[in-house]
Amino acid sequence: MKIRVRYFASVREAMGCNGELLQTDAATLGALRAELVTRNAAGADALAPGRAVRMALDQVLCDASAALTDGCEVAFFPPVTGG
Amino acid sequence: MQPARVSIQTADFDVAHELAQLRGADARVGAVCSFIGTVRDRNADQPDAAVQAMELEHYPGMTERAIEAMIDQAYARFDMYGARVVHRIGVLQARDQIVLVAVTSAHRGSSFQACEFLMDYLKTQAPFWKKEFTAQGAVWVDARVHDDVALARWGIVASNAGP
Repeated sequence: MKIRVRYFASVREAMGCNGELLQTDAATLGALRAELVTRNAAGADALAPGRAVRMALDQVLCDASAALTDGCEVAFFPPVTGG
Repeated sequence: MQPARVSIQTADFDVAHELAQLRGADARVGAVCSFIGTVRDRNADQPDAAVQAMELEHYPGMTERAIEAMIDQAYARFDMYGARVVHRIGVLQARDQIVLVAVTSAHRGSSFQACEFLMDYLKTQAPFWKKEFTAQGAVWVDARVHDDVALARWGIVASNAGP
């Protein structure tokens, strides 16, 4: 599956980029996060299981069980602090 | 044409203008409630470090969608006529305006409640991130459990500030 991933705020800084196009077999958001953690040191740091990371699928907040689809947009970011 | 309910912008807003637009010519409106959030000059965790500037990052597209969905929920819960949310992004200084939430209704109960509901919701689910610049350097603001608790009062589980 080809998906678009976006990173924001401190996750963006730790990953070293604001997004990328990925080829993945991950079925869910949680599986994708785990894949990115093992991919390189940046992912291991930014998305480690102990870190508070929130996720969105096609611009809607979702949890780790959300199912990925071909061409979808995924985002990883810290807890929000707007308002 | 209905004016936009949500604006995400770098420019400052004029609350008098915004409220006049929101009220329009709707003579059913008997109550107008508004909230403005502003930049404080103190960081919550470092009270001695003066905040010189604040930068607001957001997720273009998702921010507007998320706030529109929150307004739809407010309409479902409260008897209200109009809602307007303006949220600024980019670099702001102490005392600058950050956010406006305004609601109109026939009677005050709905407006007060919807305004608070929208702010509580926005604080925990709208994709913005604040970075504060002090003499000691730049620090990302931490989400607060207090805000999740505030949203829980409305029966919505936020899980924003938790692990």
